[in-house]
Amino acid sequence: MACASCDCDVLVVGGGSAALCAAIAARRAGASVLLLEAAPKPLRGGNARHSRNMRVMHDAPTPWVRGRYPADDYHADLRQVTGAASNTIDDGLARLFIDASADIVDWLAGNGVRFHSGTDEVLPYSRKTAFFLGGGKALVNALYAAAEGLGVAIRYDSTVRALHLRDGPPAVAVGDANATIRAKALVVASGGFQADFGGLRQQWGEAAGEFTVRGTPHATGIPLKALLENGAEPAGAADRYHWVAVDGRAPLFDGGIVTRLDGLPHGIVVDRDGRRFADEGAVVGPSRYTAWGELVARCPGVTAFSVFDAAIAERFRPSIFPPIQADSIGGLASALGIAPQTLESTVAAFNAATSGGTTAGIRPPKTRLAAPVAVPPFGAYPVRVGITSTCLGVRVDGRARVLRQDGTAFEGVHAAGVIMAPNILGTGYLAGSAMSIGAVFGRIAGREAATHAHC
Amino acid sequence: MPIADDAHRIAANARRALEICNACQFCDGYCAVFPALKTRRSVSAEDLTFLSNLCHNCRSCYHACQYAPPHVFDLNLPRSLSLVRQQSYRDHVWPPLLGGRLPYAGWPAVAVMVAVVLSAVALVAVPALLWVPPETLYGRQSGPGAFYRLVPWKAIVGVAGAAMSWSLLAVGLGVASFWRGMGPAPAGARLWPALREALSDAATLRNLGGGGAGCNDRNERFSQARRHFHHALSYGVALCFASTCVATVYDHLLGWPAPYPPASLPVLFGSLGGVGMVVGTVGLALLKLRADPAPVAASLTGADCALLALLFLVAASGLGLLALRETAAMGPLLLVHLGLVLGWFATLPYSKFLHAPFRFAALLRAAMERRGGR
Repeated sequence: MACASCDCDVLVVGGGSAALCAAIAARRAGASVLLLEAAPKPLRGGNARHSRNMRVMHDAPTPWVRGRYPADDYHADLRQVTGAASNTIDDGLARLFIDASADIVDWLAGNGVRFHSGTDEVLPYSRKTAFFLGGGKALVNALYAAAEGLGVAIRYDSTVRALHLRDGPPAVAVGDANATIRAKALVVASGGFQADFGGLRQQWGEAAGEFTVRGTPHATGIPLKALLENGAEPAGAADRYHWVAVDGRAPLFDGGIVTRLDGLPHGIVVDRDGRRFADEGAVVGPSRYTAWGELVARCPGVTAFSVFDAAIAERFRPSIFPPIQADSIGGLASALGIAPQTLESTVAAFNAATSGGTTAGIRPPKTRLAAPVAVPPFGAYPVRVGITSTCLGVRVDGRARVLRQDGTAFEGVHAAGVIMAPNILGTGYLAGSAMSIGAVFGRIAGREAATHAHC
Repeated sequence: MPIADDAHRIAANARRALEICNACQFCDGYCAVFPALKTRRSVSAEDLTFLSNLCHNCRSCYHACQYAPPHVFDLNLPRSLSLVRQQSYRDHVWPPLLGGRLPYAGWPAVAVMVAVVLSAVALVAVPALLWVPPETLYGRQSGPGAFYRLVPWKAIVGVAGAAMSWSLLAVGLGVASFWRGMGPAPAGARLWPALREALSDAATLRNLGGGGAGCNDRNERFSQARRHFHHALSYGVALCFASTCVATVYDHLLGWPAPYPPASLPVLFGSLGGVGMVVGTVGLALLKLRADPAPVAASLTGADCALLALLFLVAASGLGLLALRETAAMGPLLLVHLGLVLGWFATLPYSKFLHAPFRFAALLRAAMERRGGR
């Protein structure tokens, strides 16, 4: 494609792992590439900074993953989490993604990313995911180093304010000066809009003011909204988020993995009025974090308290923040701002109903891990929700081209990562899949954008 | 008391950092610290002593850290552990009377080291200047026994032996105190297999390998430079020690007095070791000067560099002595070299050198925990 006024062949909007994979793939395909990262250099990498592993298909053990995880197993796991939203899933795309995930670890390793050995004894056993050595920020550092080494131009502190997709080659407006950058092809890999509290309020009202964001403060979703306003077909849902229960003292942004609360299923969980509202033993596996995110988001004031005694406290990993403690339930209630009588009667009723690890005769019941809250000192953690990402994206095809509502593709406009993950995940969440989607579609988008730029 | 306040603040800061690390554990493939941390629910004072000395200060965890500054958590584990480690040298110094009195950081630490080393050089040089005739001291000396005409063998063995004995005693008792300071050893761990593992960890510096591709010596990119320079230095020291041992056997048991010909074992070991020490010290110092300052405890850099400088001077003066031993410079060079070696011996228990035995003890403890199934 000839374009005298273009600043580069491929312009990548975003600075997380999908954007980096796109930039590297495009550059390796011979394109000149400019990457625009909204964050300053120390905070580069989007939510990938907080990631740890990626879910990959493999028919036999690899140096990085044990056992085997055939495509059909992966597909079945996806089906299970997408659940009710599965009608929004593009099954062909999901199959393409699963197949392409098989060699993505090799490709990343070839670009400098280091993985744990599959037989590494320090890790929990996993036949489904490969772990980044040093975690996501180490991956981000490696990919930036690879991109720089290949000659990708990288600009930090470069927030994209607008996309121009109507006349000629795609262009973006960047920074406070709204400088226009035009390219033969565009890859949008700027994630969701979870850091845009105005956007969250549109769906959740004032409750949104109580949310925290577990990842980057730069995921404001401007490019996503611009694509939708330009007529891109949406995927996923605007009012659905991936979220988990976090310690109420977590920072507003970038709390990452360590602010998750581990102990909720062990004690009791009460709302700000001091009343239990859910079966704490209903989910005790890895999905407990997500399950509680959903529950707490619907609590009055988006606030709850995890309450436990000295014996229960030994059974879970403590929060990184100290527990709020008192020698009596009434004293604890006062410290939490709850009416003492309410919490005392909640605990008394719960203790009276507890026997043999479960409860009888109370609503809601506690079906597992039920133990009396009786041994002082009593402790509590405030609980809020932390959003990992939003579940709204744009529809893409197998070449990662952004699709219009009529099913046609935008010329030279591609998307990768969380901004198109709802094509595969709907509004579901499958551990380690977002990083795989980012890398797989980043690679496809970069390659396709380079091809488009050259033809 | 400001020192106690400082120690309290340093410990609290490191404990908070380790608690966040324990909730994250993304770095668990980098080194032995994180798997050891994972077996602990909370971090006691003993754990701090142990983990801070198990840390090889490779800084990979800093560059991989999602909570490093400018994050509000301001996590800087290498720096936090460096400060605790330095405090543990102070806590376990022998004799304990010196505990609060010896500076380990900043210019005072450098000044103490310089003063001790200069005193050692003076201790060797002044008697020689007073009692050795100038024509011997500044004349060309060669042939068997040339060194001992300047400094009698008995004086060398007596003074160096006394300094070395004191230092070994002090280091040994310091390490014993440190071993107790890490808390009770895990029950059920067999010592010998753990010892073998710890020796292999120390000999290969596995924990400076960053799980394979090296560490963040200077910035967020990985390299093996620090590990290789440290190998050059420590194996250089070992070769020089071997050279001295062989020479002692030659001189004492076989009756062949020094100096030895260039093709002899003492000269081969010594020159190879000396070159290794020069390369190692210069390389480590350059890495230190060019490293990203963010994860480094700047207050400790002076004392670190003082030890590197001393070891460089010991090696360089030894190599100089070898090169110029047939000339008139031999006499002064010999006095300086012996004085520097004496100064190094004297400061062993009170300098950064302590990191070696303390780290080995921590590696042994970690291996025992792994085998004991803590």
